[in-house]
Amino acid sequence: MGQVYKIAVVGSGPAGLSAAVHAAKLGLPHVLLEKTDHLSDTIYKYQRGKYVMATPDVLVLRSDTSFQAGTREEILGVWDNECEFHQTNVQLNADVQKITGEKGNFTIQTAAGDTILAEHVILAIGTQGNPNTMRCPGGDMPFIQYQLDDPKEYFDENIVVVGGGDAGIENALGLADDPGQGNNVTLLQRSDGFPRSKPANVALLESAKAQGKLDFLTGTTPVKVEPGVLTVETPDGQADLPVDRIIARLGSAPPRKFVESIGIEFGGPDRDALPVLSEVFESSVPGVFVVGALAGYPLIKHCTNQGYDVVEFINGNTELKPADEPILRDIFDGLPGEYEVSDWLEILRNKVDIFKDVSVLQLREFMLESTMHYKKKGEVVFERNALGDSLFAVVGGTVNVEINPADTSIVVPLGDGEIFGEIGLISGRRRGATIRAGAPSILVEMPARAAKKLIATTPAVKRAVDDIATERQIKQIFGNDISPEWIDRLKATAELLQLKAGETIIQEGDVSTDVFIIRSGSVIVEKNIGGKEIFLSYVAAGAFIGEMALFEEGKRTATVRTTIKSEVIKLPGDIFSAMMDERPMIRKRIEETIAARREVNSFIESQKSGFGSVVDLYSSVANFLLEEGLGEATDALLIDESLCVGCDNCEVACAETHLGISRLDREAGKTYANIHVPTSCRHCEHPHCMGDCPPDAIRRAPDGEVFINETCIGCGNCQRNCPYGVIQMDRVPPKKPGLLQWLLFGAGPGPGQADKAWVNKVATEAEKTGMKVAVKCDMCKGIKGGPACVRACPTGAAIRVSPEQYLNVAQRKGSV
Amino acid sequence: MARTKPNRKTHRDDAQHVSFLRHRNFRYLKLAMLISIVAIIAYFFVDPTPRHNGGTWYGYTLGTIGAGLIVWLTLLGIRKRAITQGAWSLKAWTSAHVYLGLSLLVIATLHTGFQFGWNVHTLAYTLMMIVIISGAFGIYFYSNVPRMMSENRADNTQQEMIAELNAIDAQLEDAARPLSAQYVSEVQRAINDTKITGGLFTRLSGRVNKCASMRALSRLRAVTEGSTTSVDEAGEDLGSVISILDRKSVMLNRVRRHIRYKTLLELWLYVHVPFTIFLLGALTAHILSVFFYW
Repeated sequence: MGQVYKIAVVGSGPAGLSAAVHAAKLGLPHVLLEKTDHLSDTIYKYQRGKYVMATPDVLVLRSDTSFQAGTREEILGVWDNECEFHQTNVQLNADVQKITGEKGNFTIQTAAGDTILAEHVILAIGTQGNPNTMRCPGGDMPFIQYQLDDPKEYFDENIVVVGGGDAGIENALGLADDPGQGNNVTLLQRSDGFPRSKPANVALLESAKAQGKLDFLTGTTPVKVEPGVLTVETPDGQADLPVDRIIARLGSAPPRKFVESIGIEFGGPDRDALPVLSEVFESSVPGVFVVGALAGYPLIKHCTNQGYDVVEFINGNTELKPADEPILRDIFDGLPGEYEVSDWLEILRNKVDIFKDVSVLQLREFMLESTMHYKKKGEVVFERNALGDSLFAVVGGTVNVEINPADTSIVVPLGDGEIFGEIGLISGRRRGATIRAGAPSILVEMPARAAKKLIATTPAVKRAVDDIATERQIKQIFGNDISPEWIDRLKATAELLQLKAGETIIQEGDVSTDVFIIRSGSVIVEKNIGGKEIFLSYVAAGAFIGEMALFEEGKRTATVRTTIKSEVIKLPGDIFSAMMDERPMIRKRIEETIAARREVNSFIESQKSGFGSVVDLYSSVANFLLEEGLGEATDALLIDESLCVGCDNCEVACAETHLGISRLDREAGKTYANIHVPTSCRHCEHPHCMGDCPPDAIRRAPDGEVFINETCIGCGNCQRNCPYGVIQMDRVPPKKPGLLQWLLFGAGPGPGQADKAWVNKVATEAEKTGMKVAVKCDMCKGIKGGPACVRACPTGAAIRVSPEQYLNVAQRKGSV
Repeated sequence: MARTKPNRKTHRDDAQHVSFLRHRNFRYLKLAMLISIVAIIAYFFVDPTPRHNGGTWYGYTLGTIGAGLIVWLTLLGIRKRAITQGAWSLKAWTSAHVYLGLSLLVIATLHTGFQFGWNVHTLAYTLMMIVIISGAFGIYFYSNVPRMMSENRADNTQQEMIAELNAIDAQLEDAARPLSAQYVSEVQRAINDTKITGGLFTRLSGRVNKCASMRALSRLRAVTEGSTTSVDEAGEDLGSVISILDRKSVMLNRVRRHIRYKTLLELWLYVHVPFTIFLLGALTAHILSVFFYW
């Protein structure tokens, strides 16, 4: 021993290997320490034959180790060769236990008792150290495993894979790939879609399900493990799954204890927090560098680049810019000030609260998807009632929130670092206020997808956003009479509840004065009259409920339950009463809203003897519509069948307006009491179709229309994800002769969607074999006059409604 | 955004749950009544010489209004199919079409000055009356049939109903296999020879004479209800065939009613539209000849 290496690399994954190979190529004295008896253990442990992807596509690769998408074996083979070719100094079976010392003089001790001396240490140990475990009762059963080496080893088993990340999806696909193995594979995913997985993996999973090879359950969590049975909580209630083996792929947390023992500081106390790093990957201990997954970046391409970069930095290259530099430079281009990308990132991290705990590396990745805006004084950022779901932050300047639509001079200014737009992001509802730049301002806009990912991966960001959203919602509801002290008290006691569809929040007759703010989703209010649940009203996200009991001696006068999956903030009643006692303005405000609700209640009460059947019918129609998905709709097409003459002019109009393909099927769909819900887009608050669109082609327009743009790749994910069957895959038919030509000379198939025979006769070969793309209703976005289906209905049967309008307007009409 | 906002608002207003007959609180009914009443009052106050007819200044006025209305009413057919941009509502057009069309009863009749004869003028008037009366049938059917059609079809589309019938036929074929030859041929006829519907009168009646399925049902029923000795061994199989046939007859009745309703909603148009074309021809002849004799 005795030799002092310039660089000691701990861990031979993509990052460590790339670093060591580059050091070898530069001729720097170095050593690569690997715990196991082979290189790149994480990838070595991938399933046999696993196809490894090379994302993100936009990023260039610069490293002495090459990497392109391929099978596990190909990639490992290439790396082994390159390692040998560059004469990299590798020590296998070197499990590092302890690192002490300081820059220029580190001592590394291995489990085998070796001591290695080095000037710099590169930690590239990844995060595989401690996988997250199942925490439900029975989570320690012997048939639960956290690793799957070879999916071909298992035959005729009921296997449940828990966790819909990439690892879980790949395991499930591997186990189910060969029907000859006879495995019955089910994948459980906690969230509704697969937001953290690679789109290509999700597409494979979905096609496997369509082929009947496996099954997956989303929105599902394990509740209890018993020998042979796994009990799960699904959106529709509890279910028991037969199980012989559970493979839990729940991600992993950094091997933090070891890293902290070196003296390296972390961004926060959270389980998922990352080490604090400088832009050259140097940790809080000078001379110790952290790269790869441990630095917050799990993608191979990034790791490989970082390994190269960190050795350059250690070798004294101060000019080197990260590989994504040119992309980021474009994003920051056009903003005032002569700043470099690194300056901008520093400004973002210093100014914007929610970025405080985000590492530079994460921020770089995040910024790749975001947009920077520069707004002149008075310029509108977004308008009230626009339906957007991106999140904004003020980087510099001021924006004014116009809280009173009647008087735009009343504004709440938001300054440096504050975020806005979070309620749209969380609830999926329209923007609550117009936002205008109060001074020349620099803003960062984060698309919903990126913002949700950031919130999901960085707990500190989630807390910050939740906190601000709760505060704003309290303010929005109770006005600005509420003082900061009260807001703090309410916030401190507020409890965030995640509820499934159909859960009861308030039970009529119970004694409680808690107040609930509906943050996302929606609820219905029902009253039991003569043994029947009578529908009173539909309450959408952004409103509050439960305040009535404060005035009714704490007794609940109605039952409230969720219509879809919802998030609700619970505020304790006693604090609320105390606040109202101190702030008469707030009491007055709440009394006003109660007066309106009382009116409805007493109306229903008065009807119960005389017009019982009217109320009853209204109530059942409301329930029917909610069952048909109107609870999560923002705008749906309904047809009053007592007026519909079946002329299908709505379909004709739709096809005429949209490239000759009708996006609605009038006759299909359910009907109740003459109200027909045709097969047509409901423009959901949180559209299921948007869940995993690989090219991100499904967007929400400012007016709320959910539409598909021309970047559609025809994968069909949205069609499968839509619970209402309103998306179809089709080719654009050839152009038809004009209306007059048809009318006078019978040319072409006439108005409406052309029949198949005509299309086959007229279409060119290219038109016949072209790619099918997803088509759906876009609510005639950008077309003067609005939805053509409604305009073209001759009898007034077709109407477009939003649920709160329809359900609550119909109620007033219920008295007729 | 600013551009689409106001439109959004108008489509919201139109979304009010109101039929074409009650559109905007009977706006066009009121307009039609006003026109008609003014025309009737004027008829009595104007004193033309030698008498009321189409050739007086008052007659020309009514004639011009009437001819203009007829042309405009015809344009509904184009409006309905030309799906252009803009804040038009076909419901408003239909509402105006109905009430202003009915007002022609008054306008055109007063225009004639109650002079009728065997000539192209009276022909045009007669054709117009046929168009208006057929339109009145249309209003009647449009306001009564949709509800019945909706209740009859429940959640099924016509395609689904026919698919259901085909599924029932497949079940029949299976269920009939154990039966003896005479019954099998009866069931085969029920499968092969059942017509869902027929010509116009069949469609309108909502039932089919000599329906093979209905006949098979009643014959097989008669067998089970009659002497039991010969069918004992096939009793159970026969029972299940009968119950399938029973389901088929229920479904057949439903489809036939559905087709009957659809026919009712469309039939009047087969009078209304061709006669409108004839009317336009006769009207042209009427106007040309009037100018010729001027």
